[in-house]
Amino acid sequence: MNMSESTQLVPITVSVNGKTCQRQVEPRLLLVEFIRETLGLTGTHIGCDTSFCGACTVIVDGDAVKSCTMLAVQADGSEILTVEGLERDGVLHPLQQAFSSNHGLQCGYCTPGMLMSSLALLADNPNPTRKDIRKQLAGNICRCTGYQNIIKSIEAAASAMQED
Amino acid sequence: MYPAPFRYFRPGSLDQALTLLSELGESSRPLAGGQTLIPILKLRMDEPTDLVDIGRLPGLGSINIEDGIIHIGSLATHARIGRHAVAGMIPVLADCANGIADAQVRNRGTIGGSVSTADPSCDWPTLLHTLDADIVCQNAHGSRSVPIREFIADAYTTALGNAELVTGIRFKCPPENSGGSYIGFKKAAPAYPAAAAGIQITLAEGDVCSDVRLVLGAAGPRPVICGEAESILRGNTITRANLEKAAEAIIAESDPPSDIRGSSGFKRTMLHSLFMQAADIAINRARGNRVQGVHEYV
Ligand SMILES: Cc1cc2nc3c(=O)[nH]c(=O)nc-3n(C[C@H](O)[C@H](O)[C@H](O)COP(=O)(O)OP(=O)(O)OC[C@H]3O[C@@H](n4cnc5c(N)ncnc54)[C@H](O)[C@@H]3O)c2cc1C
Ligand code: FES
Ligand code: FES
Repeated sequence: MNMSESTQLVPITVSVNGKTCQRQVEPRLLLVEFIRETLGLTGTHIGCDTSFCGACTVIVDGDAVKSCTMLAVQADGSEILTVEGLERDGVLHPLQQAFSSNHGLQCGYCTPGMLMSSLALLADNPNPTRKDIRKQLAGNICRCTGYQNIIKSIEAAASAMQED
Repeated sequence: MYPAPFRYFRPGSLDQALTLLSELGESSRPLAGGQTLIPILKLRMDEPTDLVDIGRLPGLGSINIEDGIIHIGSLATHARIGRHAVAGMIPVLADCANGIADAQVRNRGTIGGSVSTADPSCDWPTLLHTLDADIVCQNAHGSRSVPIREFIADAYTTALGNAELVTGIRFKCPPENSGGSYIGFKKAAPAYPAAAAGIQITLAEGDVCSDVRLVLGAAGPRPVICGEAESILRGNTITRANLEKAAEAIIAESDPPSDIRGSSGFKRTMLHSLFMQAADIAINRARGNRVQGVHEYV
């Protein structure tokens, strides 16, 4: 392990929204900073930076995770999905459409995290109860909506996705 | 918030990880799910020179039963344990796993990281005391098994030596006439419990308690085993009056600190009510009933 005193750079390869990205990163670089600063995908937000609010939620290999509480090097080899990966050919994802139609957002700061958390829920459980939705969103904080319309939006998206 | 710089290693096997940790010495740390360590690094409460990423070591995330012994690999995440068939058989595992933090943290945080942290309010150490679990530890020279009571030495202090890793948790599958329950009280999902109560109770003919283990979490520097309350129940028929007597003894045996999560008095009141709720669920389960666990927060 001969390592110079200068900053170590570690090569990582990740797939982000289906695109392969190779970068050299400092080990201390957080995944959220990698996504926002290195890749320029600023849809993923930093709310608290203390693992509490869920605004930074992204999907890593199928699991919703807080990207402010993961190092970019830990994601090496993974498939990452961010909010930018939801829309397809200019068409909103049913969850995005449902948040828009049901006033599931006000300022929108928490929304990317809410969308990614609920996407993970619907992948596991396409027909969730209100309790399931509340439990899944327990790590996502919204200071605007009072949550009721977020829950309505997810219910609407679940039924829209089942009709498809 | 950036952690201070460190070097990063991701060895491919447990043996390599153990050798690397012993070569790198005391200023290195293993990194599992990072759900405790990364927040600490970001706050610069710790500035290790090297991180050894054990998060993807093969074979350490498995969960299985063999000859009545449950084995949970140290890298099993809270989410995985909560969904596993073993948690269907032993529902107290689901009580604990699914009540930790929120979905995102449960997807990354591991049982091995939880016991190694020995945070007095971490859920697994308390629950594992109710099951009299053994912690399997390994260093470059071999492996050993340490009873959880000895493993958790003090707040944030374990029996782990330098360059020694937790590789798994083992405990006897409770008998059919035994039931467990674990309830933590939290102010929000992504927060540690202010108080927690765990119970494992075995009932003989006529609702006589043949064995019981009562443990409180976040009630002192280590999980509190309530020997006095256990002896009130052991050998006696389960009655409301006996449970109330045990609850009184629990309050006397606990010494929860006043802190940001509540005053000592508030926590004592919570412990009383958590114990009564947990006992009710555990007794029902010991009688063979399927009862949903509780992990609600205000
Ligand atoms: C927002 C939030 C809320 C939380 N709420 C709760 C809660 O309600 N209840 C609860 O119990 N926990 C809670 N946690 C903590 C969570 O359970 C962590 O997953 C757990 O404490 C640590 O596991 P980890 O795999 O993430 O460990 P890491 O963060 O990777 O490591 C933690 C420590 O243990 C050491 N370590 C890790 N694995 C091993 C090993 N196998 N052998 C030896 N040493 C090891 C590391 O060096 C480090 O010092 C919460 C965490 C967050 C971020
Ligand atoms: S920014 Fe990651 S949880 Fe708040
Ligand atoms: S819409 Fe503003 S924080 Fe949720």
